[in-house]
Amino acid sequence: MILDWLLPVLISVALLLAVAGMLKRISLWRAGQPEKVSFFSGLMAMPRRYLVDLHHVVERDKYMSKTHVATAGGFVLSMVLILAVHLFGVENRWLSYALLSALVLMFVGALFVFKRRLNPPSRLSKGPWMRLPKSLLMFAVSFFIATLPAAGILPENFGGWLLAAVLAAGIVWGMGELLFGMGWGGPMKHAFAGSLHLAFHRRPERFGGGRSTGLKPVDLTAAKLGVEKPTDFKWNQLLGFDACVQCGKCEAMCPAFAAGQPLNPKKLIQDMVVGLAGGSDAKFAGSPYPGIEVGKAEGGPNKTITEGLVSPDTLWSCTTCRACVEECPMMIEHVDAIVDMRRFLTLEKGNTPNKGAEVLDNLIATDNPNGFNPGSRMNWAADQNLRVMKDVKEADVLFWVSDGAFDMRSQRILRSFVKVLKAANVDFAVLGDEERDSGDVARRLGDDATFQSLAKRNIAAMSQYKFKRIVTTDPHAFHCLKNEYADLYPEGQKPDYEVLHHTTFINELVKAGALSLEEFKGGTVTYHDPCYLGRYNGEYDSPRELLNELGIEIAEMERSGFRSRCCGGGGGAPITDIPGERRIADMRMAEIKETGAELVAVGCQQCTAMLEGVVEPRAEVKDIAELVADALIEGDAPVSKKNGKQAKPNADKRVAEEIL
Amino acid sequence: MQPDKQNANLRIAALVSVGKHPGSGRARRAEQDARAVEMGLAMAPQGLEVLHAGDPHAEALRAYAGMGLKKIRILQQGENADAVPALSQYLGESKPDIVLTGVRAESGESSGMMAYLLGEKLGMPVVTRIAEIVSIDNGQANLLQALPRGQRRALRVPLPFVASVDMAAAAPRQSAFGPASRAEMEAKKADVEVRDEVQASWSEAPARKRPKRLKVVKAKTAADRFKAATAKSSGDGGKVLRDKPASEMAQAVFDLLLEEGVIR
Repeated sequence: MILDWLLPVLISVALLLAVAGMLKRISLWRAGQPEKVSFFSGLMAMPRRYLVDLHHVVERDKYMSKTHVATAGGFVLSMVLILAVHLFGVENRWLSYALLSALVLMFVGALFVFKRRLNPPSRLSKGPWMRLPKSLLMFAVSFFIATLPAAGILPENFGGWLLAAVLAAGIVWGMGELLFGMGWGGPMKHAFAGSLHLAFHRRPERFGGGRSTGLKPVDLTAAKLGVEKPTDFKWNQLLGFDACVQCGKCEAMCPAFAAGQPLNPKKLIQDMVVGLAGGSDAKFAGSPYPGIEVGKAEGGPNKTITEGLVSPDTLWSCTTCRACVEECPMMIEHVDAIVDMRRFLTLEKGNTPNKGAEVLDNLIATDNPNGFNPGSRMNWAADQNLRVMKDVKEADVLFWVSDGAFDMRSQRILRSFVKVLKAANVDFAVLGDEERDSGDVARRLGDDATFQSLAKRNIAAMSQYKFKRIVTTDPHAFHCLKNEYADLYPEGQKPDYEVLHHTTFINELVKAGALSLEEFKGGTVTYHDPCYLGRYNGEYDSPRELLNELGIEIAEMERSGFRSRCCGGGGGAPITDIPGERRIADMRMAEIKETGAELVAVGCQQCTAMLEGVVEPRAEVKDIAELVADALIEGDAPVSKKNGKQAKPNADKRVAEEIL
Repeated sequence: MQPDKQNANLRIAALVSVGKHPGSGRARRAEQDARAVEMGLAMAPQGLEVLHAGDPHAEALRAYAGMGLKKIRILQQGENADAVPALSQYLGESKPDIVLTGVRAESGESSGMMAYLLGEKLGMPVVTRIAEIVSIDNGQANLLQALPRGQRRALRVPLPFVASVDMAAAAPRQSAFGPASRAEMEAKKADVEVRDEVQASWSEAPARKRPKRLKVVKAKTAADRFKAATAKSSGDGGKVLRDKPASEMAQAVFDLLLEEGVIR
């Protein structure tokens, strides 16, 4: 029979071509900057990362995870068996049966892929991706029939040359998509690039339930700062872009996309692919950047990205909320890429849009974004009688005040938190005028030089004093202190303190019985997860527990927890202020309204500012610290009776000590 | 202001000083000097020389370089030296077409005399508080001078000249860290170093806030307040001539000029 000699030839040719394509692709990645990865342990860990970590993300969509398990599992299994049965000609009936079952599995999976593609949601890319289910079916069916004789179910030479020709055609199609296409940039590229991306991921800490969200520091002595051309990315970032399956989950979660700002994370990653391979975006078959036509962008590995490939406005639309990263089943790092490109625009081109330049100048000259006199940082606390580290040198808790000190609305949050701290007799102190902006905004705006300068001076200030924990009401400062400062400690030193968000800390106090709270007597309450607390630091529970302690039953929004939608205030977005069709904060408030909540509890002064900026009528916005402070039963704190009002907060700190 | 071919041979010197942030007192790029550099970059990016007399290691100078300058020329001299002799010596040799300065420095003496003293020494006309160099043709510059309340006065000045740049000029571009840290600081010992004896005898202290007379706003309505805040201050004794025969109005102007002794 013809197939007896034709099949091995076809398979060999397809494999050879696939390998050639893969080598070509690898050379494209290698044009990126060097980055150390643990090569072998990465490869060894890859199956686990794929089967466990990645599966956990895909599992959020049960339909798709089952479909993918069947299709991909069936394909990998059948490919191995095809090599045995049809290439090496192993004549074993059971092996053939196994191949048949694997192909059936793949066929069933492919049917579901097909079904989903009948009426695909807008987030899915069309184009070649619409062909994929048919190719999968063709591969499974052709090989199934071609394997029947080997299994002894059909006689040899069944169907004669006509069937052989049809099968050969089907097999060429199937293998063309699944093997050749894998190496040469077809939809199946995701399997090849994706598995290597998992092996050489730039943030291996993310696997095995870990978390890695801090941005990587820039080497300020480098000849070029930030990413100008695709080849300025690290090689494994380029590899990561190639792993994209264009499922559009990022697009569906992106607040900037929803607001009609010119950003679509999926398109951005695809544009990076265009950049690394060279060409134009004409073949992109998904949603465009809102307001920007597809087909006009052109790029190449050594062409400046922001000149022709991606508009700077696209990069500045991002709120760095990490919703895309959280959602990406391929664990691609969109935010890293965006900030890398912003770094070039800010540090090399001096092109931070709108108020960006002014804010950065202020941060450089006054250590706060609004240019206030740095000596007035403690003015908000003139009546608070706070202990300053310079005087006391030592405290259990360092209260990181953050730039909320300069903002009258945020000061209400700070006062509330101080009231709570005093009621619980916590031994705390502040840095006072020695504190500086955490550097969050500077870093997200791409100015890593200013971030590093602020961070180093903050570290120097903190290093003079002894404390066990830092507590802050600002999730952005929280994130910087907890996840980003460690990189900037002087050689041989590392932070020896724990960093907590105030909701975590108050929750501990309540659990330890250091606070007595009365029942909340308001209407319906919902909770808005700040991105930098939730997705960046995984703190979803403490705020909710705390609200429950107040007797509040949270009316959850549809987008909550790890799927919470950004308020629009992160990543310097209110400063760069890229126009869209809607405001992100308005969309979030509409979601709050859907729950029927009269009050939205937040844990971030930035979120407070953004949500309170929505025109009334709208839900009232309160920080959890304010809710707790309002609910405090004063003078009746479990241990402080004999002290009366807490004039000396550390006079009796038994309870505080118990939990510290 | 796009640099056109006409300006290809134009040579501009922008004088920069170390500024001082009013809130933090920290050294920075001075706001007016940065506008002078911006004006120079916009007019003649090739023929711009940015000049500083003083300490070549002052970090604040790098903030000017971050605007996209390849180098800054520094006439190195001591802390107490007078900048004018060194600058006028250098500028007398390099003979730029336009010398741009700020109106007054943000630190030090801050007398606002630099432009005048340089003009005197170099024998060049001085134009104060310019907002824009509109164009240059036939060896003359068309300038816009900034007047209070957003008014502008069009001037035509022959090259070369010294001009001080007002805050009304185009805001300076952002300073980028990368180019700033890589720019060349070309330091050369100043040919003349004259110790500023007068200044040396002074002692510096932070200014004390002086009591200020309260401005009593008599306006009753918001519209009145707006008018009070924005209206052009009218000089006393003025007279508006309108809708009269031209000869009559001309006679009135003539009489006034005669009365003031402008013409005899």
